[in-house]
Formats: sequence, C-alpha cells, structure tokens
Amino acid sequence: MKSLEELKKLREKLQSDTKLRAADGIKVIVGMGTCGIAAGAREVMAALMDEVKKRGVAGVAFQQTGCIGMCDKEVLVDIISPGGPRITYGNVRPSDAGRLVAEHVVNGQIVKDLVVAKSV
Amino acid sequence: MQFIRSHVLVCGGTGCMSSGSRQVQANLEGEIARRGLGGEVRVVQTGCHGFCEMGPLVIIYPEGVFYVSVKAEDVPEIVENHLYKGRIVERLLYREPLSQERIPSYDEINFYKKQRRVILKNCGRINPDDINEYIAAGGYEALGKALTLMTPAAVVEEVKKSGLRGRGGAGFPTGMKWQFARQSPGEKKYIVCNADEGDPGAFMDRSVLEGDPHRIIEGMAVCGYAIGADEGYIYVRAEYPLAIKRLRTAIAQAEEMGFLGKDIFGSGFAFSLHIKEGAGAFVCGEETALLQSIEGKRGMPRPRPPFPAVSGLWGKPTNINNVETFANILPIIVDGGEKYAEIGTEKSKGTKIFALTGKINNTGLAEVPMGIAMREIIYDIGGGIVGGKKFKAVQIGGPSGGCLPEEMLDLTIDYDSLTAAGAMMGSGGLVVMDETTCMVDVAKFFLTFTQSESCGKCTPCREGTKRMLEILTRITDGEGRDGDIALLEDLARGIKQTALCGLGQTAPNPVLSTLKYFRHEYEAHIKDHVCPAGACANLTGYTITDGCRGCGMCKKACPVGAIAGEIKQRHTINHSVCIKCGACESQCPFKAIRKGA
Repeated sequence: MKSLEELKKLREKLQSDTKLRAADGIKVIVGMGTCGIAAGAREVMAALMDEVKKRGVAGVAFQQTGCIGMCDKEVLVDIISPGGPRITYGNVRPSDAGRLVAEHVVNGQIVKDLVVAKSV
Repeated sequence: MQFIRSHVLVCGGTGCMSSGSRQVQANLEGEIARRGLGGEVRVVQTGCHGFCEMGPLVIIYPEGVFYVSVKAEDVPEIVENHLYKGRIVERLLYREPLSQERIPSYDEINFYKKQRRVILKNCGRINPDDINEYIAAGGYEALGKALTLMTPAAVVEEVKKSGLRGRGGAGFPTGMKWQFARQSPGEKKYIVCNADEGDPGAFMDRSVLEGDPHRIIEGMAVCGYAIGADEGYIYVRAEYPLAIKRLRTAIAQAEEMGFLGKDIFGSGFAFSLHIKEGAGAFVCGEETALLQSIEGKRGMPRPRPPFPAVSGLWGKPTNINNVETFANILPIIVDGGEKYAEIGTEKSKGTKIFALTGKINNTGLAEVPMGIAMREIIYDIGGGIVGGKKFKAVQIGGPSGGCLPEEMLDLTIDYDSLTAAGAMMGSGGLVVMDETTCMVDVAKFFLTFTQSESCGKCTPCREGTKRMLEILTRITDGEGRDGDIALLEDLARGIKQTALCGLGQTAPNPVLSTLKYFRHEYEAHIKDHVCPAGACANLTGYTITDGCRGCGMCKKACPVGAIAGEIKQRHTINHSVCIKCGACESQCPFKAIRKGA
C-alpha cells in the first residue's frame, strides 16, 4: 500500500461486494408464490440477475415475495427506485429481463407495455 | 455467470460458536448448494453481534432479517422459505420480551435501537478473516491519513482534542499518555495493547478482537507513528484462542498488503506487531505486571514511577492502551477529534461498550454514548428484569467496581459520576441483580475473586483481602460478630491506601459500596441472623403465611418433623429443627410457604 489514493480506489472496488448489506439502492422484487414459481419466476429472476451482472450495475437488491393475488399475471416483478413509486410488471418472461434492467433499473424509464400496477 | 444477490451472515463469535453456529453454517452451505443457489447466495462468517444469549444468530441481506437461536435443523426451512421463496421464517424472529412481538429486522430490536455502535460498527457486519471487507468498510483510512497527511505531533493533538480516556478502567486521558511516550527520549519505543481482559462477565475486548481485528492493528500502527515506535505487542490471554487465531490471520493479511512492515503508505514509517499469549492471570492486566510477563518474567506489578511511558518494556519508553481504546482511534483520525467529542459528556467523550449480564432479559454487549442513564441500559436495552422480579442493584466495573442501588438508576454514566457514586467504569461489566440476590454474598463473590487472583507481592492485598474474605464468609455463614462491619471498613481503608497496584487498591470497593448502600443487609445478617434476600443457606428459613388452610401437606412432607399444627389451623415451623430443604414449600397447594426471613 503506497498511498491514500490507492487505498480509496481499492475500497471503491471492494465496496460493490458488500454494498448489498447497506440496502439503500434500487430494489427488484420477484413474486415467488406457488403460482409465480410455476410460471417460471426462478428463470425470470436468474435472467434479471444475469443482466444486472452483465451490465455491472452496482447496489441492486433482489428480493422475493409471496403471492399477491394476480396469479394469472405471473411472473410478477416489482421495481422500486429509491424514493420512487413501486412499479409492478406482469407476465414477465426471461426474455424481458434485458429491457427491464436497461430501461428501468439503469435509466429509470418505466417499461410501459409490461406494467400492471403502480403504487406509492 | 454469477450474481450474488444475498449475503447470509452467520455469527462466528465465541458465544454463537458454542451454541452451534459452526454446524448451522455448514448446513446452510450444504443446503444452498443442494438447492442450486450457490451462485447467487453467499454465506459469510462474521464476528460477534453482542447478543450472544440469542445465538446462533443468522442475518440475511439485503432484507436485513435477523434470525435468533437458529438450530441446524432449521436450515432447510430458512433456505426454502427465505432464500428460495422470499418468505420470512416468522418463528425464528426475535421476540421482544415485554410486548412478545416478533421483530424482523436488526435495527428495530430494542436491544440495538438504543445503542450507538461506533466501535462495534463492523462487528457482526464484516468477515473478520477478510481484510477486503474491512477496507470496504472504511478500514485503514485512519492509518493512511495519519501517515501521509499528518505529523506525529498532529496525531497526538487530534487524540487529545477527542477527549478519549482509557477504556481499560482508570480512564486516564489517552492523548496525554501518548504525549508522554512521544516526549520520552529514546531511539527504541514500544506500543503494547492490553488484551488481558479479566473482569468476570466482561467480554467486549474479546468481541472486538474476534469481530474486527484489523481495527486494533490500525489503532496500534497509528499510535506507533505518533510516538515514534516501530514495534508493538498484543498481550492477549491464551483462553481467547479464536481471538488469537483471527489476530494472526489479520496481521498476516496486513503485512501482505503493506499496512504493516516497512515503508507503509510510502511514508518511510515501519511498524511490526507480535502477539504474546498470557496465561490468564488477572494481575497481568495491570500494566507493569503485563510488561514483566511479556519479558518472560513472573507477572507482578512494580511501583510506579517510573511509568511505562518513561521506562516500560525492556526499559524502553512504552505506550500501553487497552483494546477498546485502540478501537476508538479510527473514527478520531478519520473524522477528527472535535467530531468525535460531540458524543458523550463534558469529561467523558465517545461511547462505551458494556457487558450486560445477570438477572436481565437481554444479556450481551451494548455500546452506548457516555452520559446515558443506567435505567435506559437496564430497561430499554436490557429489556428489564427476568421474570418480572424487582430490581435490586447493579454491579458495575468488575472486581474494582461497586454496587449501585435502585435510587441510583437515573444516574447518568460516565467516568466521574460512577467514581463519585462509589463504583467505577472499569472495563464496563454490568451485572444486574434482583431482589433474590444477597448483597453480602455479592461482595464475598468479588472478594473471593480478587483474593485468589492476588499476586501476593504486597502484604495489604495478600493478607488484607484474605482477612476481609474471612469476615464476609463468617457473616454469610451466620456467625457474624459485633464490630465486624467496623473491622471491614478499617481493613478496606488500609488496603486502599497501601496496596502496591491498582488492583489491590480497588479490591475493597465491592465491600465498601455494598456497605454504603446496603448496610442494613449486613446488620440483618449479624444482629438478626437473617439474610433478607433469602440467599444465604444458613440464614434463611421458611415461614408459613396467612394463606395456610391447615391441610397438613407440609407437615407430611417435612423429613425432620419441624412442622406442627392441627388440621384446618395455621401450621408453624420450628426453626431450630428445620434443615431448610424446601420440601414443604414445594408441596404446599396454596403457595402459603415463603422462603426468606
């Protein structure tokens, strides 16, 4: 270790690894009720995680939740930006992961054709 | 492609390990792999969270859900419901003792809510065996800042400004101590970390060493730079094997990354660290005895002056601080002494870690700002007294401290207020006692400890504490004599004034403080031959109260025929025959038999 700058650079690099323990970033919540799992929620989540990893987006917290009652619209994915509304996307397929991550998670643009609900 | 979406933190502190966290961790790893979640969930072993009573503890991020008393058998349910389906396993959540409410998250639990975790910030949140996690949490910035942006004198100045006082017990201003060692002439100087934690019930130093070892290494290196020392020793008792193991790993990692060794941060400053394992003698926590022990001699105190700052390890100027003191250095250097001094009272700055034990609902480590009221620690953080019993006293400061009664519950805690009340900050042990605790017995317990740990070098401590213990034993045996209290006070005064080291000088404190606040209990033992708390076997008895319906059950149960009475009449106990076995009390269907005088 030769300088304070070197330490700070190293720290920034390392922080992406432990950042999810201080959850203050964007949240992606996948419905993992029996209905969700049957409709392929695991595959959707895996695709979303792949996409986040591929784009190197830091500080995205993935969570799962139970059935919300709109079983025919599974797989349901909620995305909440810090301070923003909760956007619920329905009928999500693994192939939609690219758009959701690129447009909503990265650029903050709601993917209108997949939205089924919006709440505060 | 791997994306880690969840961290499962398993507590690997000594407390949780002994309640089975190792097996929990192994099962978690196995079950996660079996479910095919290995690429997205990471299991991390951390240091102590301070809530050992509730262990093994498991925390799952990003949600921050806090599971308590997790058993190996619970693992499949956690993995399936929480990690796979995102459903919180309600039954493993912490239950608030008063409201019985289940609390899902760490920060919502009363035990943590009222705490201010500055020193323990990383404990339980990072993996102590991974220097990268320490750096990610802001580690080694203090060392970098000190070495590249500050002069040694400026470092000492910053510590002085912070108002930090020694956390080992006596509360001497740390900045002053550093300045003395810095000004001491000499080419070779040493830094020593006193990790010989010996007070019964105190384990904050162990937790910091186990949970955040790099913080101590960093604090010592900053100190080395400030006073001009290139070598340091950590004196840690061999009974802390996990702390020693993690320290060794941490030192090796710090050396490898250049935080220890030569030319640190390109500043030309060199610093190396050694670990010295102590044999666990209480007296070796006294600084001059500790230095003797490092040198390979028998650990016995010597008179001061000369102070270690002038002539310490191998006769060289030496600065000794305790673990918690060194742990405070990081925030002082990074945020500045003035910012640090915003927490606390006028003369006691920062936070203090207390080890809560005894008859209290939440036991464990609590870090609180100086100046907090005792009541807040015991009732808000500690959750009150077990079984709804009545609070009687709190013993604070270990064997050198004292017992404070209920009237002192609103006392705000800092170094000076505690000393004025007849107790002591000490290392921060806090033993809570309820109405069933006999205060004479408590004094006897602590004196038994100091007596058996006395090194024997000076007569007042060696002989004086022995005589005091004899008197206390005779009082609790029911053979106290008139004049015993005066004799205890006389001996205590003599020992305080003439013992060689701090341990001897403070050894009578538990007796003096119980005499100050609970003198009536001593008198009841001696004059009335009763133990008001019903704790001393020879002095307690059973009484039959008005609730007696004269059923005769107790009379039948008594093995020595000490109970007399006609059917449907209130029965009585003949105390000269009674052997205090308690058989009557357990048989009485009306709960009419009461223990105690």
